[in-house]
Amino acid sequence: MINTLERIPWWRDRRVMPWIVQAVVGLVLLVVISLLVGNLVRNLTGAGLLLSWRWLGQPASFDVAESLIPFDASMPYWRALLVGLVNSLRVIVVGLVGATLLGTAVGMASFSSNGLLRRLARVYVEVIRNIPLLLQLLFWYFVVFLALPNGTAAFQLPGVVVSKSGLYLAWFAQGFSWQGPELVNGVWQAPLRLSVEFTALLTGLITYSGAFIAEVVRGGIASVPLGQWEAATSLGLHWSASMRSVVLPQALRVIVPGLNSQYISLAKNSALAVAVGYVDLYSVSETTLNQTGRALEVFLLLLGSYLIIDLLISAVMNGVNQLVQIRER
Amino acid sequence: MTSLPPRPGSTTTQPLRPASPAPRTVQRSWAGVLRQELFASRGDGLVSVLLILLILASAVGLLRWAFGQAQWAVIQVNTTLFAVGRFPIEQQWRLWLLVVLVAALSGTSWGLLRAFPRADRSGELWPFNDRLAVALLGFLAAWLPAALALGFPLQLRWWAITGLLVAMRWIAGHWGRSWPPRLLKLVSLGWPLLYLFGMVLIAGGLGMSRVSPSNWGGLLLTLLMASFAILLSFPIGVVVALGRRSSLPLLRWSSVLYIEFIRGAPLITLLFLGQNILGYMLPGGWAPDRVWRAAWVLTFFCGAYLAEAVRAGLSAVPPGQLEAARSLGLSMPQALQRVVLPQALRIALPAAVGQFISLLQDTTLLSLIGLLDLLGTARTVMANPEFLGKNAEVYLTLAVLFWCCCAALGLGSRALERRLDPTHSPA
Repeated sequence: MINTLERIPWWRDRRVMPWIVQAVVGLVLLVVISLLVGNLVRNLTGAGLLLSWRWLGQPASFDVAESLIPFDASMPYWRALLVGLVNSLRVIVVGLVGATLLGTAVGMASFSSNGLLRRLARVYVEVIRNIPLLLQLLFWYFVVFLALPNGTAAFQLPGVVVSKSGLYLAWFAQGFSWQGPELVNGVWQAPLRLSVEFTALLTGLITYSGAFIAEVVRGGIASVPLGQWEAATSLGLHWSASMRSVVLPQALRVIVPGLNSQYISLAKNSALAVAVGYVDLYSVSETTLNQTGRALEVFLLLLGSYLIIDLLISAVMNGVNQLVQIRER
Repeated sequence: MTSLPPRPGSTTTQPLRPASPAPRTVQRSWAGVLRQELFASRGDGLVSVLLILLILASAVGLLRWAFGQAQWAVIQVNTTLFAVGRFPIEQQWRLWLLVVLVAALSGTSWGLLRAFPRADRSGELWPFNDRLAVALLGFLAAWLPAALALGFPLQLRWWAITGLLVAMRWIAGHWGRSWPPRLLKLVSLGWPLLYLFGMVLIAGGLGMSRVSPSNWGGLLLTLLMASFAILLSFPIGVVVALGRRSSLPLLRWSSVLYIEFIRGAPLITLLFLGQNILGYMLPGGWAPDRVWRAAWVLTFFCGAYLAEAVRAGLSAVPPGQLEAARSLGLSMPQALQRVVLPQALRIALPAAVGQFISLLQDTTLLSLIGLLDLLGTARTVMANPEFLGKNAEVYLTLAVLFWCCCAALGLGSRALERRLDPTHSPA
C-alpha cells in the first residue's frame, strides 16, 4: 500500500516539476538571448561599431536651435546630448506643473454646480483622450502657432505677447527691474522668450495630460463620501472652501498614486518633441545616430536617461504620497 | 433624497451639489431643469452666460471656416491614398473583397447577437440602439461617399456594401435561431479565418501576386498594425502576467524585467531600437522589413502594458477560487483556464480596451520612423506643393477619424462589460 502512495508520477511531483519548468524556460531564454547578443556583437564588430564611448568626445558639428547651457557646433557630442537632456527636462518640469493645474481645475469643474461647466469638462476629456497626442502636437504647431500673426498684429496681453516667432513674457531684466515685451524694429523683444516649438509642444502636452489628470482628480474627489460635503456645508463652508479644506485633502490620498503614472507618461510623451522640431533628448540622439552610426550606444543612453527620469518622478511622488496619507495617531 | 457619490473611475458624472439645499423633485419642467443646471445662483448664471457666448463664438467660427475658407479638395483628391496608400490599383479588388467579407460577417454576427439574447437583453429583435445604428450607417453611406466626391460607381459600391451589412443583420436576426449548429460554429470561427484570409488578400499568396509591405499605407496600414499588435499582444500579456505572479523566481523575474524595460522607455525609443538595432541582432536574412519590425515592436510594447492590466485582474480574483478549483482535482493549467482567467480577464477588460485604444493612437508614431500610416500619408500629401498649407483640413479630418474609431471602441467595451457582468439582471 505504502509503495503505491510513494510512486507519484514525476509530472505531478511538486519537488520536481517547478525545477523542470524553470530549467526549460531558462534554457529557452538563454538560447534566445545568447543568439541575439551573439549576432549583435558579431555584426557590430563587422561594422566596426562595437560598444565604445570614445566618440562622445568628438565635436558634434551640428547646431542646436535653443539651449539653456552654452553650445556651439564645435563642442563634443556629450555636450549636445546634455543640451537635449536639459531641454527635455525643461519641457517635462513646466509641463508637469501646467498639466497638474489644468487637470485639477477641470477635475474640480466636473463637480461644479453649473451644469454647463460640468458637461464642458466632460467634453474636453472625451475629445482629448480619443485623439492621438502626436496629431494634437502637429495641430498645435502647424495649425495654431505657425498661423499666428507676427509683429504689430501679434496677440498682446499685458506682459504677454503670442506671435508666430514665439511667446514673449514679462520677466526680471538686468537689475531686477520688471520688463515687458516690446516691439523693436518690427521684432518683439522680451526678457523671457519661449520658442514657438517649445510653446506648441508645451501646449500640446499640457492639454493632453491635463485631460488624463482631470480624470484622476475626478476619481479622487468622487471617492470622498458625500457626508463630508454635507458636513462641510452644514458647518457653513462655501463650495470652494469645502472643496479646498475638506474634500481635496482627503481626495489626495487617491489622486497622488494616479498622478504618478500620468507624470511618467508625460515625461515619456515629451519625446514626441521631435515631431514639432523642438530639440529634446530624442531629437539630439537621432541626429547623433545619423552622424556617427552608434545605434547601440545612443539607444542605451536614451533608455538610461528616461529610466532615471521615471525613477526620479516616482521617488518624488512616493514622498508626496507619504505626506498626504492619513496619519492616525 | 440624497444621491450616492459616484464610484471612483465610473463614467457617469453625478453632480455633487452640497451648496444647493433645494430638494430635488422627481418631475421637472424643461425650464426648471435649465434653471437649476445653468442659473442656480448668480455666480452660476454669470459663468453660464460667458460659456454660452464662448461656445457660440467658437461654433460660428468653426462653421464659417469649414464651409467658407477651408478647401477640402486635399482630402477629396487623395481619398485612395489616405485609404490604402500605394496599394497597386490593379490589385485593389482584393481589398474590396475584404471589405465585403467583413461587412457580411459583421452583419451576421450582429444579427446572431440579437437572435440569441443573453442576460443583458430583453430579447427584442430590433432594440432602439440597433435602429439608431442602422440609421447612422444609412446616413454615412449616403453622405460620406458624396462628401468625399467619389465617382458614382464607387458610391454605388459603398451603398451595396452597407446594404449587404444591414441585410445580413436582418437575415441572421430573424432566422438565426433555426440555423443548424454547424453553421453557427462556422460563423464564430469566421472571424479568425477572415483575419488570416485578409492577411493573404493584403500581402498576397494563394495564387495572388505579392504586394510588398512598403506599398501598404494609409488607413489600411494603421488598421493592420493596430489589429496585429492587439491580437498578438493578448497572449503575450496573459502569459507574462501569469509569469509575474508565479511562485517560480525565474519566471517572475524575467516577466518583471520585460515589463519594466518596456514601460520605462518611450515608445519612440523602442521603435528606434526596432529600426536601428534589431537588424543587427537577427541572423542575416532573418530580419523582417521595416513595417513588420515596427509591428513586432508595437506588439511587445502593448504586451507589457496588457500584462499589467491582466495582473490587476488576476489579483482581484480571490485566492480561494484557485484553491477550490485545485481541490476539485483540476490541474494548474485547467484551473487557470477554466476558473481563474475567465474571471480575471473580465475584470481586466476595461483596462485592456483602454490599452487597445491607446495602441490605435500610438500607431501614429510610425510616421516618425518614416512609415506611411494614416498620419505619415497625411504628411507626404501636405509636402506636395499642390496642397501646401492645408494642415488644418488634413489634421482635423484625421482627428475626427481617430476620435470616431476610439470612441466606438470605448462604447463597444462598455457594452461588452455589461454583457459579461454576471451580476447583471435582465432588464
